[in-house]
Amino acid sequence: MRFPKFRLEKRPSPPTWLRIAIPFIAIGISFLFSAIIILLAGRNPISAFYAIFYGALGTRLGFMETLVKATPLILTGIAVSLAFTAKFWNIGAEGQLYAGALAATWLGISHFSLPSPIYIFLMIVVGFIAGSLWALIPGFLKARFKVDDVVTTLLMNYIMIYMVSAILEGPWRDPVTSWPQSIMIAKNAEYPKLFARSRVHFGLIVSIIAIIVVYVIIKHTKLGFRIRATGANAKAAYFLGINTIKTIILTAVISGGIAGLAGVGEVAGLHFHLTENISPGYGYSGIVIAMLGGLHPIGVMLAAFFFGIIITGAEYMSRATGVTSFIADVIQGITLLVMLAMLLLYEYRIRRVE
Amino acid sequence: MKEILTVGFFIGLLSATLRMATPLILATLGETFCERAGILNLGIEGTMLFGALAAFLTTYFTGNLWLGIIAAIISGILFGLLMGVFSVSLGLSQHVSGLGITLLATGLSLFTYRQIIGSPKVPPTIQTFKTLSIPGLSSIPILGPILFDQYILTYIAIILVPIASYVLFKTRFGLSLRAVGENPEAADAVGINVFKTRYIALMIAGGLMGFAGSFFTLAHFNMFLYGMVGGRGWVSIALVIFANWNPTKVLWGALLFGGVDALQLRLQAIGFNIPYQLFLIMPYLLTIIVLILVARNASYPGSLLKPYRRE
Repeated sequence: MRFPKFRLEKRPSPPTWLRIAIPFIAIGISFLFSAIIILLAGRNPISAFYAIFYGALGTRLGFMETLVKATPLILTGIAVSLAFTAKFWNIGAEGQLYAGALAATWLGISHFSLPSPIYIFLMIVVGFIAGSLWALIPGFLKARFKVDDVVTTLLMNYIMIYMVSAILEGPWRDPVTSWPQSIMIAKNAEYPKLFARSRVHFGLIVSIIAIIVVYVIIKHTKLGFRIRATGANAKAAYFLGINTIKTIILTAVISGGIAGLAGVGEVAGLHFHLTENISPGYGYSGIVIAMLGGLHPIGVMLAAFFFGIIITGAEYMSRATGVTSFIADVIQGITLLVMLAMLLLYEYRIRRVE
Repeated sequence: MKEILTVGFFIGLLSATLRMATPLILATLGETFCERAGILNLGIEGTMLFGALAAFLTTYFTGNLWLGIIAAIISGILFGLLMGVFSVSLGLSQHVSGLGITLLATGLSLFTYRQIIGSPKVPPTIQTFKTLSIPGLSSIPILGPILFDQYILTYIAIILVPIASYVLFKTRFGLSLRAVGENPEAADAVGINVFKTRYIALMIAGGLMGFAGSFFTLAHFNMFLYGMVGGRGWVSIALVIFANWNPTKVLWGALLFGGVDALQLRLQAIGFNIPYQLFLIMPYLLTIIVLILVARNASYPGSLLKPYRRE
């Protein structure tokens, strides 16, 4: 008996419906793999998944918390997505988030007597600048000296987190509790709440504005064209007369700035002070979100909402079923790999060889 | 400051240098193998953490350190195979595949540990490897305590350097491996199985990365901690470039970084009036500086990052 042979063949023009369907198929397959892992842990995957979705969407409180978690995820997701579009491998959103949080806290604990809107605006500006500067270093090193961006952005996460830790255990240590955390930021620097009886804050609006801005940049500006061209083929872009060095540096700066805004939101909207663990890895989740969202701003927003559900629901599920909330990290890893494999379906189709 | 200028301090520092270099030597040798075959494996950080966990749990339940090492190596080989499925068979982005494997392996490590051990107030511990004094040699003044009073894992790591060099540059397999990394089309044309060779390279690499991870739970600490690999996988990626994809130079690079790691630990212990985190930053900062210095002259394997598809 002969086995039928298959081969991959490049699709002439991939249909749009497939592009939309692929992330959903990827999520489905990821759930299947995650179910196997939950089964191996001796638990019931159906009740675990039910608990995740019930915890995140089944109650008003749960839904609001999902939005709270989605807020930084949208920002890190779109930051990574923009960088990846230019093939600038920004794995440093985590560090850029902390840079933004650090700068915003510095402004916030200075307790200026400013009108709230101006104070909040300044918080956003310094947070963006701090994230930008932190991303500028690896961006410049890549563009100018061809230093591998993956490694530098990753290592700079560790450097930033240790710096935050040094500042919190040193000059900013809370004098009252003596915990390694800053004092509270000024009341007039706090993001307003969006809904009563919830923690959803103005950061969600910032996130949605960021999505729109990136959408406009990518689709409707010369910079967006340069970013896409540099990402598609840097050499060709260079010969077309695009200044790829400048493009990569600009991409890095915008990407890092947006990731910095995620840190501003966590400080000004949620915790009102800086701690060493304001981010449980939102920067790394941003990579998964960018890929699941197909590097498209709308896709990124939906993907961030999806992981908001997973992270919020996993906490509830862990209390309800005894499966640890780390399953959220497992699901993220699996989803990234499955989504990557699915992209093959988008670019190629499987043909039977006669 | 006086503590620094004693012979004892230097002996302790150099001895710790070799110790701290151990996981870096193993992981960087691993990464050198797969990059020489044309595959950048960013799964290294997660593979190391899972190796640390596999080694810990196996030793915890069996009481046997060597079984722990075998478990770490097997887990690493499995993650290497998974990397092969994505980067070799499917020819997908090596960057994203590797990051996915690191995220998955990290998530699985945390999940498995919490599911099996829970979160007790006092984390469970194991009896780790003891340092192994080589009779005679270890009593040589100064050199003895530095070179011959180490964990057995350190000796193995150092012995593996010339072995890796031999395999890579003096055997048929090594020649094939480098050929598929430089020019897979040409290698294929002379009858080398590109896919099989890359899979084997990834399995060797994964095994070494898992082995590297076992050092953290079986020697360096006696328990499993979530952040215990702490970016040393990423440092290894940089070390491969620093070493110009050459196992012998890997040893010197790993010793340099192990030295900085050891130095910062000692400076912390002496207690200068500087936040200890600034010492912790030193190895990462040094890595970036070294990358800047060598980036221009780095001669990457010709087909690194490029998937190979037979037409």
